Amino acid sequence: MKDMITIHVEDLKGVVHTVEAPTDMGLSLMEAMKANELPVKAMCGGMAMCASCNIILQSDHELPEMGEAEEEMLDEAMVLNIEGSRLSCQIKVTENLDGLRVKLGALTDPEA
Amino acid sequence: MIETDIIIIGAGPVGMFTVFEAGLIKLKCHLIDALPQPGGQLAEIYPKKPIYDIPGYPSVLAGDLITNLMKQIEPFKPGFTLGERAETIKKLEDGRFLVTTSRGTKHAAPVIAIAGGLGCFEPRKPELENLEKFEDHGVDYIIRDPEVYRNKKIVISGGGDSALDWTNYLVDVASEVTLVHRRKAFRGALDSVEKVQHLAENGRIKLRTMSEVTELHGNGVLSGVAITDLEKNEVINVDAENFIPLFGLSPKLGPIKDWGLNLNKESIAVNTFDYSTNVPGIYAIGDINDYPGKLRLILCGFHEATLMVQSAYKHIYPEKNLVLKYTTVSGVNGFEG
Ligand SMILES: Cc1cc2nc3c(=O)[nH]c(=O)nc-3n(C[C@H](O)[C@H](O)[C@H](O)COP(=O)(O)OP(=O)(O)OC[C@H]3O[C@@H](n4cnc5c(N)ncnc54)[C@H](O)[C@@H]3O)c2cc1C
Ligand code: FES
Repeated sequence: MKDMITIHVEDLKGVVHTVEAPTDMGLSLMEAMKANELPVKAMCGGMAMCASCNIILQSDHELPEMGEAEEEMLDEAMVLNIEGSRLSCQIKVTENLDGLRVKLGALTDPEA
Repeated sequence: MIETDIIIIGAGPVGMFTVFEAGLIKLKCHLIDALPQPGGQLAEIYPKKPIYDIPGYPSVLAGDLITNLMKQIEPFKPGFTLGERAETIKKLEDGRFLVTTSRGTKHAAPVIAIAGGLGCFEPRKPELENLEKFEDHGVDYIIRDPEVYRNKKIVISGGGDSALDWTNYLVDVASEVTLVHRRKAFRGALDSVEKVQHLAENGRIKLRTMSEVTELHGNGVLSGVAITDLEKNEVINVDAENFIPLFGLSPKLGPIKDWGLNLNKESIAVNTFDYSTNVPGIYAIGDINDYPGKLRLILCGFHEATLMVQSAYKHIYPEKNLVLKYTTVSGVNGFEG
C-alpha cells in the first residue's frame, strides 16, 4: 500500500504546484493543500459551509460521490454548474487519487 | 460625532469581549460592524453549530455564545454603529483618530482596535440583468430592519438558514411571502425547514422549489419578478415590491488594506507584546492579525483583547499606573483608575 500520493494543483495565477500527501492521516484534499501552504482560503475549516476550498478536477480520476451538503453549498456559491467543480474539504486523500490534477476555483482566493 | 475611548472595528466575538475587558478598567467602547447584527462569523455563518473549545463550556451554540457575550458587556453600555462599513481612518489635530463609515457616520477616539476577522461580509449576488439598478430600490441582500417589509409583497430566494429563518419571521410582517429555491432540499436546520414546509402547506407562504428568479421587473423601483420552474421550464410572473436574495455572505478584506498598516498577506502584522500595529494607538486583535504562531481561534482572540486594553490604557493615560484587580474581588465596577 502506498502511503504518500502526489497531487498537482494549479493556482489562480496558473502556476502548477506538485505536492505530496499522506493517505494514512485521514486528511481531506483541502487540508493536504493547506499543509503544503498552498493559497486556499478554506474559511469554514472543512464544514462544507463556505465553498472557499472549491477546486475543479482536471484529470480523469474518479472522485467519491458528492454528498448533499457539498452539492447544496456548491449550488449556493453558484459554482455547481462548472464541470468537475467540487469542495476539496469533502474529498479524503486516498491511494486511488495518486497523480490527481486539480485547479483552484476563484473562491479560494485568500485576498478576495 | 460619536466620541469614545476605543473605537472597535468589527463586532465579532473578539470585538465584543474587548468591551468587557476595557470596561473593567473604565474605558468606554463603540463598536462598528458592516453587518446589521453583532457576532461576526458566529452569527453570520454558523449560529446553530456547537463550539467545543470555549473554556468552561463543554459545548455551546455559536449563537448562544454571542447572546451571552452581549449580556456580559451590557453593564458597560457600548455604542453600536451597525450595518455600516468603516471606510477611512484619519488622524485629528488633537492626536485622536477619526473613523468614518460607508454612510458617513463619524467616530473619534484616541485608540482604535481593529477586530475585523476575515474582513467585511459581502453578499453573494445572483446573476441577473439589471440587478444593480434595483439595489436599494426593492432588492436587498441583507435585512437591516424587518419593519421595512411590513404589508409588502416580498420574494426571498435561497436555501440556507437565513432564507428559511427570514421566511419564518417575515410571514407575520409582509403581506405576501414567496420563497424560491433552486433545489428540492434545503440546507438549513431541520426545525426551520419543517416550519417553512408547514407554512407552505397551510397556504401562508408560496414555496417554489426547483425554481429560480430569472428576471426583475419595474420602472426604477421593483414591481415584480419572473420565476422560472427549472423542471417544467415554465415562467410565471409574480408581483413583488421586494426581492431578497439570501445566498450567504463571504468575507472580503475591504478597506482595511488602505489604512497604512503593515500587512502580512491578508492579515495585519502585530507585536505580540500588546497586539499593536505599526501605527501607535491602533491595535489589531482576533482573526485579522498575524504573528508567529498565530491560531485563528476565539479563545486566542479573547486573550489578545485582554492584553491589548492594558496597553490602550497606558496609551490614553501615560502618567497612570494600572493594577490588576480580580473580578471576584471587586466585581465589574471595582476599578477606580
Ligand atoms: C464554520 C466555522 C467554524 C468555526 N469553529 C470554531 C471553533 O470551534 N472554535 C474556535 O475557537 N473558532 C472557530 N471558528 C473560528 C472563529 O469563528 C473565529 O476565530 C472568530 O469568529 C474570530 O472572531 P473575530 O471577532 O476576530 O472576527 P469575526 O467573527 O470574523 O468578526 C469580524 C467582524 O468584523 C466586521 N468587519 C470587518 N471589516 C470591517 C469594516 N471595515 N467595517 C465594519 N465591519 C468590519 C465583519 O463584518 C465581522 O462581523 C470557526 C469558524 C467557522 C467559519
Ligand atoms: S473549507 Fe469551507 S466548504 Fe470546504
